Amino acid sequence: MTALLEVHIDRKAYAHGPVLERLALELARGEVVVLVGASGCGKSTLLRIVSGLDADYEGRVRLDGQARHGIRPDIGMVFQEPRLLPWLSVADNIAFGHGPATGANAARVRQLLEQIGLAGHASALPKQLSGGQAQRVAIARALFAQPPLLLLDEPFSAVDAFTRMKLQDLLLDVAARNRTALLLVTHDIDEAVYLGDRVLVLDRDPGRLRRAYRVTVPRPRDRRDARLAQVKSEVLTELYDSHAL
Amino acid sequence: MTDLILAHGFDRHAPAERSAAPARDRPPAPHPGRGPAWLGLVIPLLALAGLELAVRAGAVPAHLLPPPSEVAGALHALGAAELWRHVGASVARVAIGFGLGAVLAVLVGAWVGLSPRAAALLDPSIQGLRAIPSLAWVPLLLLWMGIDEAPKITLIAIGAFFPVYLNLTAAIVHVDRRLVEVGRVHGLRGWGLVRHVFLPAALPELFTGLRGGLGLAWMFLVAAELIAATRGLGYLLSDGRETGRADIMLGAIALLGLLGKISDSALALIERRALHWHDGFGSTRA
Repeated sequence: MTALLEVHIDRKAYAHGPVLERLALELARGEVVVLVGASGCGKSTLLRIVSGLDADYEGRVRLDGQARHGIRPDIGMVFQEPRLLPWLSVADNIAFGHGPATGANAARVRQLLEQIGLAGHASALPKQLSGGQAQRVAIARALFAQPPLLLLDEPFSAVDAFTRMKLQDLLLDVAARNRTALLLVTHDIDEAVYLGDRVLVLDRDPGRLRRAYRVTVPRPRDRRDARLAQVKSEVLTELYDSHAL
Repeated sequence: MTDLILAHGFDRHAPAERSAAPARDRPPAPHPGRGPAWLGLVIPLLALAGLELAVRAGAVPAHLLPPPSEVAGALHALGAAELWRHVGASVARVAIGFGLGAVLAVLVGAWVGLSPRAAALLDPSIQGLRAIPSLAWVPLLLLWMGIDEAPKITLIAIGAFFPVYLNLTAAIVHVDRRLVEVGRVHGLRGWGLVRHVFLPAALPELFTGLRGGLGLAWMFLVAAELIAATRGLGYLLSDGRETGRADIMLGAIALLGLLGKISDSALALIERRALHWHDGFGSTRA
């Protein structure tokens, strides 16, 4: 079976020098892969390349064995901030890019609203939502077209710790229901270990893969699980060794 | 005792910590709303009453500053038909001139805002034209178009064009790059991106430009009508000057102010409806 996503980046540079070099990465269907590493190691750049937002790099990205050129709707993206369109209702935001949330879109919007627990907020405006609610809507919007892959760039870094834990569980839940693979960037090692099937540690200057950890703890996981703590300490050791911390 | 001090110290710090923590996961508080609407009428009514009393008491000569009652009487004496003829002519000129200028400004402004090539080609020329005081066009417009409606409407359109154009091009530059990225990630390009991201995002500033343009439209209307017209409020003004009728002139000024205020309030109402989603500081008052 071919991998869902294959990324080979030979080199990606900005004006001040290379950001990513000789980085290879594969994702299986439904897999959850988490990238951690110091600030500036190119994690976000990697997501922008995979999403197609950044086309200025040497290398290739294949989805389902097909080379990708530019942006295609079969990859969803969730940013650090919710980035909801403030003039659209919650329902219209979820259907954004596919027309209004009526007619053929209505059923899918209703389904997603239920999955993110905001069924009563369909006609609310983004300004009426809390940060956590807005990020849930952003996740639903990214999943609207049922993409096989969802990219998330530090999606929960702007919410408080309790909300973050709830959002992590919600993300795993909706990703499983929609059979979506996740490629997630985070600075939060607890989050990485709790969410990931694999945790990849990136090096800096230039960014390349330093080490990969497989988290074999079965789901649903318990945050207090000693095995998760074990993986966390290994990842932390690796980050100390890479002088990221 | 120690316990008490500790508890006290803890209590003292707790609220500070709570307020310092980002309250992001709490829905924003409802808007405080606006003050009562009648409050805006207090100053105009007091001023009118004060004026009336001052003139009647002989503090101000009545032939230079007729009291409000006399101004109202003069307008009444003109007759409804005559008054409507002037008001109707002025309103029609502003409506057509402002409409033409604003539509043209939205089309050109959107093009210049979105296309760097169009900006490089057109913007310097437009900024150059803007540097010419628009009233300087009046003699030339009269020469080219005669003293009919055309030069007046053209002048008003020129006046309305620049604020709308400037605000729209600035608004498009200010559109949040992050929202544009959201549009691109969802497969929007070209016109789709304009229609679904750029135009709605530019709407608040566009309305600022429209309201500014409408204000200038009224200003240029008076300029056009003062110089060459046989009807309209500007004509009424110059006619009042020639016949030494301060009451007619004040009546025309009052009508211009009233019409300007009404048209601006109408636009502000549309703005409030169109921007109900807006989450700026001003959206609590607007």
